[in-house]
Amino acid sequence: MRLYEITSTPISTDAVIARLADPAVGAIATFVGVVRGETDGRKTLHLEYEAYPDMAEATLAQVGDEIGERWPSIRAVAIVHRIGRLEVGETATVIAVSAAHRPDVFDALRYGIDRLKEIVPIWKKEIWADGEEWKSGMTNFTN
Amino acid sequence: MEIKVKFFAAPREALGKNELEVTLPEGAAVTDLIEHLKAEYPILRAYTRFLSVAVNKAYVGWGTELHDGDEVACLPPVGGG
Repeated sequence: MRLYEITSTPISTDAVIARLADPAVGAIATFVGVVRGETDGRKTLHLEYEAYPDMAEATLAQVGDEIGERWPSIRAVAIVHRIGRLEVGETATVIAVSAAHRPDVFDALRYGIDRLKEIVPIWKKEIWADGEEWKSGMTNFTN
Repeated sequence: MEIKVKFFAAPREALGKNELEVTLPEGAAVTDLIEHLKAEYPILRAYTRFLSVAVNKAYVGWGTELHDGDEVACLPPVGGG
């Protein structure tokens, strides 16, 4: 089972996990990316996420394919990312992977979120009281 | 040849548009498109150093040749997750 979705509506982690249900599965690992209320000492008012939709879903699928190649024991991969305005505390992304047994699920999950942050055409704008800024992995790198 | 160019995030806001139609000579490559954009829209020059480019929704190198009807996306450093 592969689920790759860019959505404008709130994400239910339970609903994503339910999609991985499979009698052959004994282990599910889940990552939830949540909007944090503070960054660099500044209070975040809200975030805005933007995507290049078709290409974003295609690169989510690429991330899933790479997981499948590296960890053949992985049975299902789900990656859902929300776009639009998100308030502090809301869920921006859910990634879930499943397997019959647990050894590979943690590494596969970590790879999924790290790789999403590298290649998926989604952008995040942070809005705080005195300004706003598009943030990226590169911003963090140069800081 | 007619190329559709899409913009996102900071360069989109700087330009004030999310899409442009650009006419280029046959045989032009991505790098020629970038030079054209920098000449026509100087505000974009601040963003071209760290730009990735996709043609028809796949990442490509700047030497890639373009064809009539291609959709090119100018992608600033990504920030999902």
